[in-house]
This record gives sequence, structure tokens and C-alpha cells, in this order.
Amino acid sequence: MAHRKTLAGLVAATILAGSTGVSYAATEIQWWHAFSGRLAELLTEQVEKFNSSQSDYVVVASHKGNYSETLNAGIAAFRAGEQPHILQVFEVGTATMMSAKGAIKPVFEVMEETGKPFDADAYLAAVKGYYTTTDGKMLSLPYNSSTPVLYVNRDALTKAGLDPDMDLSTWDKVNEAMDAVKASGSSCPLTTAWQSWVHLENLSAYHNVPFATKENGFAGLDTELSFNGPVQVKHIEAMGQWAKDGKFIYAGRRNEGGARFRAGECAFFTESSAGYAGVKAEADFAFDIRPLPYWAGTEGAPQNTIIGGASLWVMAGHKDEEYAGVAEFLNFLSSADIQASWHQNTGYLPITMAAYEQTKDAGFYKENPGTDIAILQMTGKAPTANSKGLRLGSFDQIRGIIDEELEAVWSGDKTAQAALDNAVARGNQLLRRFEQANR
Amino acid sequence: MQKRVVFNNRLLPYALLAPQILVTAVFFFWPAGQAIYQSAFIPDPFGLKSQFVGFGNFEFLFSDPYYLASFQTTAVFSAAVTLLSMGAALWLAVMADRIIKGSGAYRTLLIWPYAVAPAIAGVLWLFMFNPNVGLVAWYLNAIGYDWNHVLNDGEAMGLVVVASAWRQISYNFLFFLAGLQAIPRSVIEAAAIDGASFWKRFWTIVFPLLSPTTFFLLVVNIVYAFFETFGVIHTITGGGPQQATTILVYKVYADGFIGQDLGSSAAQSVVLLVVVGLLTVVQFRYVERKVHY
Repeated sequence: MAHRKTLAGLVAATILAGSTGVSYAATEIQWWHAFSGRLAELLTEQVEKFNSSQSDYVVVASHKGNYSETLNAGIAAFRAGEQPHILQVFEVGTATMMSAKGAIKPVFEVMEETGKPFDADAYLAAVKGYYTTTDGKMLSLPYNSSTPVLYVNRDALTKAGLDPDMDLSTWDKVNEAMDAVKASGSSCPLTTAWQSWVHLENLSAYHNVPFATKENGFAGLDTELSFNGPVQVKHIEAMGQWAKDGKFIYAGRRNEGGARFRAGECAFFTESSAGYAGVKAEADFAFDIRPLPYWAGTEGAPQNTIIGGASLWVMAGHKDEEYAGVAEFLNFLSSADIQASWHQNTGYLPITMAAYEQTKDAGFYKENPGTDIAILQMTGKAPTANSKGLRLGSFDQIRGIIDEELEAVWSGDKTAQAALDNAVARGNQLLRRFEQANR
Repeated sequence: MQKRVVFNNRLLPYALLAPQILVTAVFFFWPAGQAIYQSAFIPDPFGLKSQFVGFGNFEFLFSDPYYLASFQTTAVFSAAVTLLSMGAALWLAVMADRIIKGSGAYRTLLIWPYAVAPAIAGVLWLFMFNPNVGLVAWYLNAIGYDWNHVLNDGEAMGLVVVASAWRQISYNFLFFLAGLQAIPRSVIEAAAIDGASFWKRFWTIVFPLLSPTTFFLLVVNIVYAFFETFGVIHTITGGGPQQATTILVYKVYADGFIGQDLGSSAAQSVVLLVVVGLLTVVQFRYVERKVHY
């Protein structure tokens, strides 16, 4: 479909060029992404809209597998000199891309050199912060960003004799609710997706404690993990206890828990705000979105949560006129209309303030209660050094290590302290190797 | 008396050998050489720069307790897969060999699973045993067994072993059946006339005469368990829980393609090369002596 459109565009361009007598063809911009299904359809829509809005450039979007596979495809292509112009890289790959100085072209540079209008301040600070240098220069363009929230099965609460509108802002209150839900015969009071992201990375930011030294890695490659502090240990210990008591059901490392929540088995579910579309489409029970709970009594909590998702990196080694097209396309993607509809359709955050305002003015949040929770939770307070984001090398693998150690806690093999200590020690080894490779 | 072929043209023998040598050089010596060379460096993923570290990658590997544990995991996994797939295949082959009516249908059905790609085999088993949606897991739960291979390392190992062996049974079955049919009927009939029972005949006549086939399959199956089970492990457990199913070849992939640590990955390939080389030498020097041709 996309190819046919592209072809049509090219043919049209050629005919146009022939009729005006000027040697001319639309410049092609390659964009490799990791989306499939509904998200890919929405992405294709954006591309088609851009292609038909002007005639100088043709964006060609290609699916390259999941996030890890897309990053690998980009790396392999760069080594072979066949890299695309734009590569979608998940937030975990940010440090890898940043360190590849000769392979990428920072977004602020692309915008500067091509002279396209670009206002970095238009973007949400909490989103932008993840992808900018410490002195505020934007390296990659935020594309799809989400943050974890608490999904609540209201029917399960009612069945347990609870008021579904009860206060669920802290983990203690959620725990009380879980006890009641469990007593009413539920086999799954709580489940989660992306355990490391929600219950360690975001937990740390939300309670304003460091996940790693050197401003979570923003200030240098010699960063060390530090998520074995008292706040994190307390939380993982509590979760371990809940797992033992049958209150927390572990379903898997990715979003396997989603199937159980959407089927109505689970009362609570911690998952990305981008899970909204799926829950809305499948759930045949009343559900609610609440802010991620925090531990009362922790100083500074709740701070703000951090994002997950992906950003768009511009690859080095292309021609100037192609970069002009890239700049135009990136500007198009950041425009309020595009962002607002992306936000409303997917549950991802709007990346600009303008898109948020537009969505709000259109009455979307009133009609879909809870869809603004994520953005409020992220923008409630100005981000601190602990809540700006994470910038750690080999982070995909470090997450794997964290997953393994957390699984040991859920199965009762290790205490929370021992597991987190071990995860820190193992992860630090990888950080040192990453530091060595990027010296 | 051996026949000797004499080439008049001095270049002809080399020309005839050239294609095979070329293939070996391009697809074996060159990549192997590259791996050895790269194992002395820590490169960045994009190939922009790399640091010479000598044996640093090997030092890093052998001081990693998880890497050392991976050797043990690999040994347990390979032994279990080989035993299970060969044992089951031999039993099926012996049974199929006795069938007189409809043997063609049985044989065809038994050979089928070999056509299934490892990754697909992995997904099939995963769907049956997935703790969330799996049918078998659901039945196990119903009879009071809480199956969860996502957290339980014994169950995870059992599942990848069965899934890997299942596919290989067909291959082994084919060879065992051919081996059985090559054994002269007269020998077995003579033993039967002497009053030897079926199992007596099997252990004293059939099994020893089958030993060349068994030895061949042993080598093939160990190599299979070492290298080709990657897809099954990747789809079912991803090496977890807690690296309980991370065999050596899976770690090469995980470190190279998930961790982007190509130096460590290359060093691991070199280690794997040495291990498989040693294993083959051991098999040919010690096990082959027990084989009757």
C-alpha cells in the first residue's frame, strides 16, 4: 500500500518535472521503525499525509521488527554504509546512539544547518529531557513516549465490597484494597507489565532517589547503578511479600500481564499509559486509570515519573538536501495536529504543550476520563536530576539482568536486598565495558 | 588392492579440489579467523572505533560466574536432549521395524516433526505450556500442579529439552530404522531359533550391530544440541529464568545482538569453537573404539 502510494508520488513528480522542462525528482527519505498492527497503520497515515502535503520529499517508512531488531538493523546498515535517514530507537538505546558520535546527526544540528524553524522549548520538559544533552540540546526527536499508570478494574473492587472511587494514591492503600479483593476470591489482585521500568526505574524517579550515579548517567559514562537503596529495597520487598501471599501475580517480563487484566482476571495492573487503547478495546468491565501509587512518608514523593517509548534519530552520512527533507518531516511530526491525534488514538503522551492544550480544548479528557493522568503525573513537578530520565549503556541487557534478579525475588529464591545488590554488581560490569568501548 | 588414479596434469587435482577448499575458506576459515581477531578488541557497536584489549575479553568471561555456569547448563541440556531424542527414536524405530501392516503411514507420521523449523517448534510448545494462556498449563493447574516455567528453572529446562528433543526424534528415527533394516535377518532368526528372547536378541545382536549408526547420531545430536537449539530457547524462555536455560550459543547471541558487546561475543565464539573441537576429538578417540563396523 505504502509502496504503491510512493510509486504514484514518484510518477506524479516525474510527469510534473517533464511538463515544466526542469530535471527534477522528489528526494527520498528512508524511515525505519518498529511498529506493527494498529500503531503501524497510524504511522503510515502520518507519512501519507506528509507526502501528499508537499512534492519535494517522499518519506518511505519500513518496518524492521521489534525495537531491538530495528536498532540492530540500523547498526548493521550503518556498518554497510546503507543506513536510513531516520531510525526509531527505543529509550533504552539512547546511550548507545548518543555515544555513536560519527553515526548520528543530532536533531538540533539538523535543524540549525537546514535553517528550519525549531523551538526546543515547545516540547514537554519531562519528555524532551530524556533526549537532550545536559546543556539542553536536543539529540533525537521524541516520537512515542508513555509513562506508567495504574489501571483499576472497578468491577473487581465493587465485588470485594469496596468503593471503586476509593483513594488509591499510595501503595499502603492499594495493599489494603488487594487484601479485600483477595478475600473476595480473586486469583489476581495485582499484575504488572515491564517490571524494571515500572517498579525500579520509575519508582526511583517518582520517589526522587537516584537509579544510577552521575545524574542517572546523564553526566558521564563512569556512572554506577545505585538502585539498591532503601526506597527500592522496601518496594521490592513488599512486592516479594505480595507475590508470596498470592496478591501479586507475575506474568512475564514484557506486557504478558495485560492479557490477564484485559480478560478481567486482575484487579490492578501497572502498565504504560499507551496500554489504554488495548484495554479500552478489549475490557468488558468498568475500568479506571489512576496515577502510579507511591510510598507515603518518602521525602519528595510523588516527584514525576519518567518516560518509555522511542525517539527518532537522524543518521549521519547523507546529503544536505536530504537533511532538509528530514528537518521538514520532523517538524511536520511535531505539529500540534499530528501530535494531538497521535496522543488521542494511542495513549502515548503528546510531545508538545500545544498538542496537549489542543486535546484539552477539544474536550477529549472530559469524554475519556483518566487519559490525562499520565501527562499530569509527568508534568506535576519540574524534573530533578533523579527524575529526568536514564542514560545507561548496554541498558537493554541490564534490564535483562534486573528481570532475572526480580524473578528470583518473586519466586522466593532471594531477598530483595540480595537480588538488587547482585543486579547492581552485574550491571556495573556491563557499564564498565560500555565505558571502555566508548572511550 | 587399492586403485590409484594418476593425474598427468599437475594443476588438475588442485583445480578439482578448489571449489571445496574455496567454500571451506570463505565460510569457515575466514569467519573463524575474524572471530579470533575480533576477540582481542572491544569495539563500539557501529564499528567507529575499537580498543585493543589482548586477552581482556577472555579474562572478563572467565571471571563471570554466569558464564562458567553456562558451561554446566550446556552440558546438562545437551546430554538431556541427546539422550531423550536418541532413546525415544531408538524405541520408536524398533517398534516400527516390527510392524508389518501400514508401516509406511507410521513412518511418515514419525518423520513429520523434522520439517518444523526450531523457532516454530518453540512457539508450539510455548503455546501449550504458557502459564497465562497454555492449554497444558491450564490442565496442570486444574489437577493442582502450579506450572510456571517463567519462574521455575527446573520446569523451564525440562520444557526446552523436550521441545528441542521432539524435533530431533524424527531425524534419529530415520537413521535408526535404516540401520535396523540393514541388519541381516538370518543372524536374528538364528538367535531366535536358539531360544533368545526379543530383548536378549536386541541387546546382544541388534544394539551392537547398530553401533555405527548410534555413534554417528551421537555426534550429530550433540552438535544439534549445542548450536541449532537456539531458536527453541529464544522463543520459549529467552535464556531465563535467572539464566537457567542460557546455553553457550545463546549467550553468544544475547551478548552480541542484545548487548551489542561484539568483543565478548567474539571471544565466546572462539571458546565455543575450542569446546566443540575438543568434544569431537574425544568422541572419535574414545567413543569410536567401542563401535563395531
